[in-house]
Amino acid sequence: MEFNENFIRGCSAIGAGLALIAGIGPGVGQGIAAGHAAAAVGRNPGAKSDITSTMLLGQAVAETTGLYGLVTALILMFVKPLLP
Amino acid sequence: MKYGILMSGNEVDFMIHGLFKYSFFGHEVWITTSHVCILIVMLVIIGFAIAANVKMRHAEEIPTGFQNVVELIVEKLDGMTDGTMGKSGVKFRNYIGTIFIFILLSNLSGLLGLRPPTADYGVTLPLGLMTFTLIHFNTFKHNKLKDIWKDKCSPLPPWLPIWLPINLISDIAVPISLSLRLFANVLSGVVMMALVYGLIGKLALIWPAFLHIYLDIFSGAIQTYVFCMLTMTYIANGIGDSEA
Repeated sequence: MEFNENFIRGCSAIGAGLALIAGIGPGVGQGIAAGHAAAAVGRNPGAKSDITSTMLLGQAVAETTGLYGLVTALILMFVKPLLP
Repeated sequence: MKYGILMSGNEVDFMIHGLFKYSFFGHEVWITTSHVCILIVMLVIIGFAIAANVKMRHAEEIPTGFQNVVELIVEKLDGMTDGTMGKSGVKFRNYIGTIFIFILLSNLSGLLGLRPPTADYGVTLPLGLMTFTLIHFNTFKHNKLKDIWKDKCSPLPPWLPIWLPINLISDIAVPISLSLRLFANVLSGVVMMALVYGLIGKLALIWPAFLHIYLDIFSGAIQTYVFCMLTMTYIANGIGDSEA
């Protein structure tokens, strides 16, 4: 079965869009981390700087899966590995 | 050869460009924008280091001006390393301080209109591989082979190495995830800034400064911190609490 180039380009764009659904997970995860950090600061305002740095570290790690999605989308859009 | 592509242009353009090519043992090798930007960053760091060295040779008892700045930077970086790695952190102060300053300046170089060198996977993968080498060098230096084998088979007893491949894969994933995290974060900033300047360049007056504050300064600084923290945590994990 033969597909022409534009069909593959279009499918790559759709795939890139679908890959960015991965952005939902890190959003929820970072929100939960920030919420718990806010609660922790409310309970113990003295430890604010420690809590902030721990929260940022955890959030940056939680972001990784979303960034994998982003890299996949960018590769599909601009490197075009599926084109013959 | 257009040197204008080092600066931000008028079209959506965030790819790496080759400036000129040369032949290296029969291979065609390009000098790219990443090389030029990394050279600029390196020259800035080397200039600062030479200035600091000259200043600290005539260091005064009561620091003033530039000496204050240098001492503050060194103290903060050393404090960060010692705070995370404990006693074993002393040996890693130089390495962590170096990569911290390098990654930070690379990320901030987007402010000058350069393409940040860390938005090139060829720059971040070696950083990840250096961390990988350090982790395993220190693991084998500070632990007995028997303990390492036991750790690699960890949820199951050491005579039943079914879990070994999974642990090895998770070890190999460390440099890949470290380098991809830094790369993708900086690249996402580059792409967004290229979209703003390229698609609505006429409207991009003053307000993109706020995007620069978030994408270049905040995100860049956070990712630098995260890269160094994770490097230190992994190395400290590898050393374990044996002696050191």
